[in-house]
Amino acid sequence: MRGGEAIIESLKNMGVKTIFGYPGGQTIPFYDMLYDADMDHILVRHEQCAAHAADGYARASGRVGVCLATSGPGATNLVTGIATAYMDSSPIVAITGQVPTHLIGNDAFQEADIIGITMPITKHSFQPKDPDLIPSMVKSSFEIASSGRPGPVLIDVPKEVQEAELTKFDDSLIDTPGYNPNTKGNIRQIKKARDLIKQAKKPVILAGAGVIISNACCELKKLAEIINAPVMTSLLGKGAIDETDDLSLGMLGMHGRKVSNDYINESDLLIAIGIRFSDRTTGRLDSFVPDTKVIHIDIDPAEIGKNVDVDLPIVGDARNVLSSLNKTLKDYEVSDDVKSWADMIKQKKQELLPRVTYDDIPLKPQTVIKEISDVLTPDSILTTDVGQNQMWAAHFYDTQKPRKFISSGGLGTMGFGFPSAIGAKVACPDDPVVSINGDGGFLMVCQELATVRDYDIPVIAVVLENRTLGMVYQWQTLLYDGRHSQTEFKDSPDFVKLAESFGVNAVRITKPGETKEALASAIKDNEPILLNVVIDSEEALPMLPPGAGINEMIGEYKLEKDVI
Amino acid sequence: MIVDYHIISTLVEDKPGVLQKVAGLFNRRGFNIDSITVGESEVEGLSRMVITVKADQKGLEQVTKQLNKVVDVIKIKDITKNAVQRELCLIKVNIPNAKARAEIMQYTNIFRAKIVDVSEETLIIELTGDMEKIDAFISLLKGYGIKKISRTGLTAMARGV
Repeated sequence: MRGGEAIIESLKNMGVKTIFGYPGGQTIPFYDMLYDADMDHILVRHEQCAAHAADGYARASGRVGVCLATSGPGATNLVTGIATAYMDSSPIVAITGQVPTHLIGNDAFQEADIIGITMPITKHSFQPKDPDLIPSMVKSSFEIASSGRPGPVLIDVPKEVQEAELTKFDDSLIDTPGYNPNTKGNIRQIKKARDLIKQAKKPVILAGAGVIISNACCELKKLAEIINAPVMTSLLGKGAIDETDDLSLGMLGMHGRKVSNDYINESDLLIAIGIRFSDRTTGRLDSFVPDTKVIHIDIDPAEIGKNVDVDLPIVGDARNVLSSLNKTLKDYEVSDDVKSWADMIKQKKQELLPRVTYDDIPLKPQTVIKEISDVLTPDSILTTDVGQNQMWAAHFYDTQKPRKFISSGGLGTMGFGFPSAIGAKVACPDDPVVSINGDGGFLMVCQELATVRDYDIPVIAVVLENRTLGMVYQWQTLLYDGRHSQTEFKDSPDFVKLAESFGVNAVRITKPGETKEALASAIKDNEPILLNVVIDSEEALPMLPPGAGINEMIGEYKLEKDVI
Repeated sequence: MIVDYHIISTLVEDKPGVLQKVAGLFNRRGFNIDSITVGESEVEGLSRMVITVKADQKGLEQVTKQLNKVVDVIKIKDITKNAVQRELCLIKVNIPNAKARAEIMQYTNIFRAKIVDVSEETLIIELTGDMEKIDAFISLLKGYGIKKISRTGLTAMARGV
């Protein structure tokens, strides 16, 4: 067995069936061995999309996603995707070709120090210089990528190592004495949490992606029900709780639901789970929950106290901790105070539901997202790009199940939406997958229309066309005297013809009702399709301006109850 | 925010790139490392790094936690409060005249330093001690004209068990 075959064999042993990649000079040996192997490979049209697809695959399935690129430019094209996965704790393994060992450091053709370049954005990296190390390194990569706080791991394989014969196939894990994620949760801390919860009169739960990653959504729901606490989420926490549930308030943050932003500071206990308190979630820190006790449950000790001062930290896996915490709360009785707080919040939630009913032309994005919500089943997966399209989707789309809302949160990577949908569809072929994009971000990755056509991946790409780089445009409108510097497209491609030139069907949508119709028939047809939706370029969500506190949103928050 | 001087002792795997990762993490958090020394430890395959850095408590706590996450880092300890601290320094000093030579040799004795190289115009002196001692010696020699200084950076070890 040669090095490249050992990579394939090891991937198979880890349960991998599909990898996303793009060949090049230093991976030719690997691709030659792949030719005969029982392993699906999806040839993307740009390496960045291989990383995003692997990321989307990982987020949708909870399994490690794998992407592959050649050395030098292939590897550096992965960087944005790796950084995206790193910021959002997504388990991917990126495999890169490298120039032969004897040329490393010589500035050889297509040589880049990809291990050095990705050091701050990977959880760990390996460079097997001996083919015998490959099975162990692949296995360890999966172990490190998926355990603890997940993240990307890079394996950089010199060309001659791919070709060299192994003397033995030993895949015992590499000894990593410095790596022992604490998953249990200290029971004394958990009991203290119980005590704080029992004292609280106005508790609130804030759930982040960690709840989804650790498959703790049932435990979260149980906790919320036991203590009758409303649940808010971060952007990436969407789906941790069914957002149509009475206890769910929706997303908190810069473009959060009004009820969440307005009332979080009124709570007297915040139970934050699997969340890193990003500045986009908290607003200005000194006016974030100033009078509220904070319990912070997270698997990463470095997140505790990093941004928000915490009264009670619990380091551990959200699922383990919540399940122990729920056990200690068996005799919990909901007090009148807690009940009236929860009732008040639930009522406010209804009063403050954002307006989604419009019949305007050009279309309001709210209408589009509403129509998408009406068609999609709870099992459908929605991926978003970054910018206004993302915030509209996050704000107006009720996610009902975990792993069904996929978005680039931390890095905010434009161009993430469409390729991550490809990965999600490969992971979950039976669930409809819709990606919501702006016309800016979609053009960064539109070449992947070739990929979905080539492999018949029935992803539905919604392109919200407002001919602006909407998020920056919005900031310029609100904060820079309307000086729209470089955010208006004088001209845009015809997205329908663009899709058709790739052999992908497309529909242009301009009126209310058309999105619903086109989406329903797209799901039925089960074919890749692009829905080019022309929307109002002046529509913008209210936002927290930089430096503002969580309850200081600017811009009019339009309410559904005001619709006549 | 009180900025203090800290000595961090870390046990790390002796692998390529580890020094880069550790130094990179400090850099990312905006700390300037004053010195970093690396060498073999008592365990084969593991190295000990001693890092001196000026940091406020919260920043230091954050960088320590981030360091702990690096797979190749095994153990980290802030040993500022109770450590034996030593640095080695080589100083090449000018000898303007015979009187100066005598004086420098006297200082060398007082500081328990060693002359390790002699030429007609210069001496190289080796001195070991904590940083204050070395700073003091250097300032004494400044008047004669120092040609070169090479310091190893601090290494340190917690006292007692």
